[in-house]
Amino acid sequence: MAIEGADLVKAAAFLGAGISMGLGAIGPGVGEGMVAAKACEAIGRNPKEAGLLTRTMLVGQAVSESTGIYSLVIALLLLFVV
Amino acid sequence: MDMNILTAMKIAAFAGGGFAMGMGAIGAAIGEGYTAARANLAVSRNPKISGDIFKNMLVGQAVAESASIFALVIAILLLFLEMPSGGYIQAASLLGAGLCMGLGALGSGIGSGFPAAETCMGIARQPMVSARLTTNMLIGSAVCQTPAILSMVVSLLLLFMQFENIPFQPGWGAVIGAGLSTGLAAIGSGYGGGLAAGASCEGVARNPNTAGNVTTTMLVGQAVAQTASIFGLLVSFILIFKSFPETRALSPAIALLSAGLCMGFGGIGPGIGNGQAAQGAVRWVARNVHHATDLMRIMLVGQAVSQSTAIYAMVVSLVLIFVV
Repeated sequence: MAIEGADLVKAAAFLGAGISMGLGAIGPGVGEGMVAAKACEAIGRNPKEAGLLTRTMLVGQAVSESTGIYSLVIALLLLFVV
Repeated sequence: MDMNILTAMKIAAFAGGGFAMGMGAIGAAIGEGYTAARANLAVSRNPKISGDIFKNMLVGQAVAESASIFALVIAILLLFLEMPSGGYIQAASLLGAGLCMGLGALGSGIGSGFPAAETCMGIARQPMVSARLTTNMLIGSAVCQTPAILSMVVSLLLLFMQFENIPFQPGWGAVIGAGLSTGLAAIGSGYGGGLAAGASCEGVARNPNTAGNVTTTMLVGQAVAQTASIFGLLVSFILIFKSFPETRALSPAIALLSAGLCMGFGGIGPGIGNGQAAQGAVRWVARNVHHATDLMRIMLVGQAVSQSTAIYAMVVSLVLIFVV
């Protein structure tokens, strides 16, 4: 069975897309979990500020999410563009 | 050297069996060691009730051990079972079964150590509630074991399904990808579920009056942490049960393998993150039970955001399976 160059390039792009999104999801997942854990602690200590703390948590998580979105973009570029 | 189907199957079965037991031994051993370490500390704090602590240590370690017993079962099946010869695809699926169980036992083994360890410490602090602590530990660590059980289900499917109608060329990627998807995703959920369960045992010991709220928060948090491994299971089932057209090209097989890798790795982070969020919430429900509802709400919001990357990974996996 002969494997052609174009086929090999496509295979590499598929593998790259999977690894990019897979590994890229680890960091944001763990990081956002830490934020949520500390937000729970903060609300436990000072329940009156729950609204402010929720907002802070969400903004922090959104920033942490950005690397996951970069991975998604690269994965989709590898799948559909290159 | 003549290489026939039987030789290929033997190579795959032995490599898979070794991987399953080797990786499967890591998690449970770490979890049990952590339990024993905390049990020693607990006995030194309160030597009068060493018998009770010792008993709970052993029960907790036995639950943590079950993950590696699943791996042992799969490894022995791979070594000694007479497999029906179904072609090279069957060999690939044996390797996938070994990968799945070996990786899948890691997180549950470590995770189950946390509730057992905190139960030992809790009994030293509050000997009166030892029965409540044992119950809480058993519930928590049973939930921790579910990712390992999901991995065993996928391993057994890969061992006993007949794949003879499926062409080898894209099929090998599908069966190995199916093993990797559930196996890797189970690491995060098992570990994360353990964090939540450990915090709940600590919380019950700190303030036994809050036990009901603490156990409820733990179960909700653990359930959300399990979703990552359920996404992995979903992708595995699609890869196992969908039929793929035969092809001469390499790229369709790599796409299926990559779909499994993507969902598997993608499930690790959200599983751990959801567990951390649940740990924080459970810990503070025990300290400030009047605001249990607020804590539950912020835990669920935080977990939902943390879950989003697992959903991205699932989207990319499904694109790899169905679109390209």
